[in-house]
Amino acid sequence: MLFSLFEKKVLDCPYCKHQFKEKNSFYICPQCGKYLKMPPRERIRQVVDKDSFQELSGELKSVDFLNFPGYSEKLEKAQEDTGEADAVVCGGAVIGGSPCAVFVMDSRFIMASMGSVVGEKITRVFEYATRHRLPVIGFTASGGARMQEGIISLMQMAKVSAAVQKHASEGNLYISVLTNPTTGGVTASFAMQGDIILAEPGATVGFAGRRVVEQTTRAQLPDNFQSSEFLQEHGFVDKIVSRDELKASLGTILRLHNGVRRQA
Amino acid sequence: MRAYDKLKTVRQSGRPTAAEYIEQLFTDRISLSGDRRFGDDTAIQGGIGFLEGIPVTYIAIEKGKDLNERIQNHFGCPKPEGYRKALRLMKEAEKFHRPVICIVDTQGAYCGAEAEERGQGQAIAENILEMMGLETPTISIVIGEGGSGGALALCTTDYVYMLENACYSVISPEGCASILWKDASKADEAADALQITAQDMKRMGVAETVISEDFKHFKNMCRDIKKQLVGDLQGLMSCSTTKLLSQRYDRFRKYGVYEEGGVVHGALG
Repeated sequence: MLFSLFEKKVLDCPYCKHQFKEKNSFYICPQCGKYLKMPPRERIRQVVDKDSFQELSGELKSVDFLNFPGYSEKLEKAQEDTGEADAVVCGGAVIGGSPCAVFVMDSRFIMASMGSVVGEKITRVFEYATRHRLPVIGFTASGGARMQEGIISLMQMAKVSAAVQKHASEGNLYISVLTNPTTGGVTASFAMQGDIILAEPGATVGFAGRRVVEQTTRAQLPDNFQSSEFLQEHGFVDKIVSRDELKASLGTILRLHNGVRRQA
Repeated sequence: MRAYDKLKTVRQSGRPTAAEYIEQLFTDRISLSGDRRFGDDTAIQGGIGFLEGIPVTYIAIEKGKDLNERIQNHFGCPKPEGYRKALRLMKEAEKFHRPVICIVDTQGAYCGAEAEERGQGQAIAENILEMMGLETPTISIVIGEGGSGGALALCTTDYVYMLENACYSVISPEGCASILWKDASKADEAADALQITAQDMKRMGVAETVISEDFKHFKNMCRDIKKQLVGDLQGLMSCSTTKLLSQRYDRFRKYGVYEEGGVVHGALG
C-alpha cells in the first residue's frame, strides 16, 4: 500500500488507447477527454479536504445467502481485483471546510450492483448524517440491484429511501452526483432523491438499459439518449460539473446551505 | 409447483385482474384520473370508495381484460405519469388520513424511450421516498406478478399481502437467465435461484400474508381479503402517526444479510 504512493502510475484510456500518468489527471484522458472509471478512494482524495475522511462500516462483507450460482466466486474476484470489501465506500469528511457525510459507489465491483452490503452501508451513512445533522454527498454508479441476492436486493432500494426520507424530513441536505453508469434500481431510488442532482459530463444515467429499450420497442434512439446532458435537457439533472471542478462546486453548495436549516 | 410454473400461471389471462378485486372490495367508488402533470396512464386505476364502511383510496395496476384493454394499458406496465398519478392519489389520501390500498400486478415499469425521457427512474424513486413518510396506513396486495422497481413503487407499504401463486422478483427470471447464462430458456433455473414465490416472500419477511386462491368462489375469497384488510387497518389506524412511521421504517430497515466482524447479521428464516 505504502509503495503504491510512490509509484508513477500509468493509466490506459479504454476509449482511445492513449496512455497517460495518473497524477493530476482526474482520470480524464488528455487525448480524447473521456472520463475513466475511478477507484472510490481516489474520488474521495479528489473531493474531500486533506486527511478529513473517516471511513464508516468499512468491514461489512456480502454473504451468498441464497446460494446463488456463481455469486461467491464473483464476490471473491471483485474483492481481489479492487482491494475493496464491496461496491461502496462511506464515511464522514470535510469538503471546502464544511463537515459532511460521503458515499462513493465503485463500478469496478460487480458493476456497483446493490446488494445487502451496499444498501446497509448507504443506509447507515444517512442515519449517521441524520444523527449529526450533516449533509450527505453521494456519488452514484450502478448497474442496478444485485440479482444474486434476489428480492432482498430490491428491498435495499426501499431501505435506503427510508433513511433518505428521514434525513430529508429533518431538514438536512442531500446532493447526489451521478457518475457513469447510474442505472436500474439505483436510478429508481436514491440517485434521483437528491435535493440537488449533479452529474459528470457524458455519464450514462437511466432506468431501463439502452439495449433493452431498443430491443423492446425497436425505436431509433438518439446518440445522447440517457446521457447526463440528455437528462439535464429533460429536467432531471441540475448541473453538469466536470471532475476537476467538483470539489469547488460541492464546497460552494455546502456553504450556501450552512446555517439556513429548518428546525426539526 | 416450481417457481417458474407459478409465474407462468399468474401471467396467464383468465385470472381476475385488478378491476375485479376493486369491484368486490370497495363500494360507492369514485374513480379518479390523471397525474396533474402530463396525462392519465390507464395502467394505473385509482379512486376512493368504502371498505366495509371505512373510506379508503385504492390504487391498482390494471393489465386489462381483453386485448384492446391490454394494449390501452400497455400490458400493465405503468409509465412515469402512472406512478405520478399514484403518488398524487396517495398525497390526497394522506390529507384526509384515508388508508391507501394498492393492488399490484405488473411485469415491471414501462420500458420505452418516452418513459426514460419523462423520468421513469425519478418517478419510482419519488414514490418510494414519499411512501416512506406518508402519514396514513398503507397496504399492498400482489395479485399476480410483482416485477422489480415497477412493483416496489406501490409496495413500500405497512403490510404486503400476496396471493398463493403470486411472485415478486428483483428481475424477471428470463432477464436474469439471459444476463447470467446468456440463455433466456434457463428461466426456470433462474426462478428457483432468485426465490420469487409468495411462500419465499413470507419466509423472508417481505410479505406478511399469503392469500389462498379460490377463483371459483371469488366473492368468498374477496370477503376473506376484506376481513384481513379491515383487521390490519384497524390496528394501523389506532397507531399514532409517529408510531406508524417508525414501524414502517423498521419494516424496511431490517432487510439485508451481511457479515460484520465475523458475524452474519440478518439471517433469513
